[in-house]
Amino acid sequence: MSNAPVDKGRRRFLTVATSVVGAAGAVGVAVPFIASWNPSEKAKNAGAPVEVNIGKAEPGQLIRVEWRGQPVWVVRRTPEMLASLEAVNDQLRDPNSDEPQQPEYAKNLHRSRKEEYFVAVGICTHLGCSPQFLDQGMAEYVEGAQSGFFCPCHGSTFDIAGRVFQGVPAPYNLVVPPHYYINDNTILVGEDGEQA
Amino acid sequence: MNKLIAWFDERIPMTKTWNIHLAQYPAPKNFNFWYIFGVLATLVLVNQILTGIWLTMNYVPSAEGAFASVEFIMRDIEYGWLLRYMHSTGASAFFVVVYLHMFRGMMYGSYQKPRELLWVFGMLIFLVLMAEAFMGYLLPWGQMSYWGAQVIISLFGAIPVFGDDLTLWIRGDYVISGATLNRFFALHVIALPLVLVILVFLHIIALHEVGSNNPEGISIKKPKGSVPESEKPKFTFHERFTKKYDIVDAFPFFPYYIVKDLVGVAIFLFFFCYVIFFAPAMGGLFLEPPNFEAANPLKTPEHIAPVWYFTPFYAILRAVPDKLLGVILMFGAIVALFVLPWLDRGKVRSVRYRSTLHKVNLTVFAISFIALGYLGLKPATEVYTMFARIFTFLYFAFFVLLWFYSKNENTKPVPERITK
Repeated sequence: MSNAPVDKGRRRFLTVATSVVGAAGAVGVAVPFIASWNPSEKAKNAGAPVEVNIGKAEPGQLIRVEWRGQPVWVVRRTPEMLASLEAVNDQLRDPNSDEPQQPEYAKNLHRSRKEEYFVAVGICTHLGCSPQFLDQGMAEYVEGAQSGFFCPCHGSTFDIAGRVFQGVPAPYNLVVPPHYYINDNTILVGEDGEQA
Repeated sequence: MNKLIAWFDERIPMTKTWNIHLAQYPAPKNFNFWYIFGVLATLVLVNQILTGIWLTMNYVPSAEGAFASVEFIMRDIEYGWLLRYMHSTGASAFFVVVYLHMFRGMMYGSYQKPRELLWVFGMLIFLVLMAEAFMGYLLPWGQMSYWGAQVIISLFGAIPVFGDDLTLWIRGDYVISGATLNRFFALHVIALPLVLVILVFLHIIALHEVGSNNPEGISIKKPKGSVPESEKPKFTFHERFTKKYDIVDAFPFFPYYIVKDLVGVAIFLFFFCYVIFFAPAMGGLFLEPPNFEAANPLKTPEHIAPVWYFTPFYAILRAVPDKLLGVILMFGAIVALFVLPWLDRGKVRSVRYRSTLHKVNLTVFAISFIALGYLGLKPATEVYTMFARIFTFLYFAFFVLLWFYSKNENTKPVPERITK
């Protein structure tokens, strides 16, 4: 054994350096454990875009498809429904869709590419329940509204463009997923497309 | 036999541990009915671990197989129905005894100095227990499992900036799916129970370090040499307790309290078995009706309510119109309990010797908690929401008021000794 005096500075440096390297190693080891919780390749593939055929939709009808395991609605709105959009503006939380709940091309009064068709993820922005579509009888929940969406979980209400009414728990309008028209009868949900 | 014990004692502190924690552990002589719930919680924990292990033997943790395997356990496995009902009833019983155990601590000031850490370990147990119960409830993969989990996981989505990524990471998918089910299964059957058992161990070690409180809220440890021999209990306590203090008004925990507790255990088992055999669903409180239907991601049940033991906190969440604020307040309701030892600045422990104001405050708190629990089960109508807001206010008012009045509280004189 050496009897040389202890170099405290050197010992301290070595202790700190060893600790830092050890900590870096621990962080490195944590990566696979944390990353393994991310969606798998299979789950990501299941999140691929889906085609919706809207050729047979009647006015006032809702078509429900599954995209990334979530319900996606396509509603063919009647002229009366579209006319009602302006009327409820002052009862809404975010009438101009300022919150980024939709792609740029759906940031308009009717919140869609084409006025007639409304595409939205059918999940309440409060706590993830699926609201009910009311093509009439919405007046029971919101005065002056004829149609819209009502969430049975906590009573959130949305107009026929998925815009949330004031005084309900849901904070935001319904999400409009990326989508585009492949042709007049087909919508692809999940991609913005070239025409964006 | 003595030789065998000696052989072990030379190699591991067997007899010593037995004496310190059981046969020579001084427990105050005035424990009342409220002191049974610690033992009952331990009993239920053992029940959950045992029945849980047996349930995993036939349960299939996958989105395709989970619901069917639970039905298989219920119908085709011998006594499978009993094991499952013992487990599901045990979950609710766990919260019943833990809530009563916690309220006992609040009544008799068992969280006050020097038992702050003991209380914090207890609160950690409560937190882990809630996570354990929540993840366990997803496993049967019924409608309420699915949508209840959906609601709770999206709470994390309220966190600004990275909330959405966090929920995606927790679920491992864009919605709750088999990936979520499998990781919850892993956490429910191994990770959290391990943590729970370690915390229970620490809880008991911390208790035995500082000693048990009692309904009078006064110490049974007196300065060494201050108590005449004639007033000391005629029992042997371990020198770890008697080295620095004279112990008064106490019994050894074993066999005296163990035997007494057995009576409480028997009474508890009457209720427990009644529920298992005659009301396993408890009118939809312990097992909710929509959960008898397999999970369907495209259809939300008419009315989503968490299991009863979460409803007080759920009611607080719903009472707030803002999502983020609601989540903060809900977690705040639990955090407030965590810091209770530091919010209460009083020196008198037991409610028996504290001010009328404190008695009223504690009663209002208990009523608010129960009322919130009831409101959390009900749909969020205007009237119910208004009541939920009032009781949420009263719940938090307890802690705020306590902090203010406890500094200079008008307390009664505390006795020197537990009455003989």
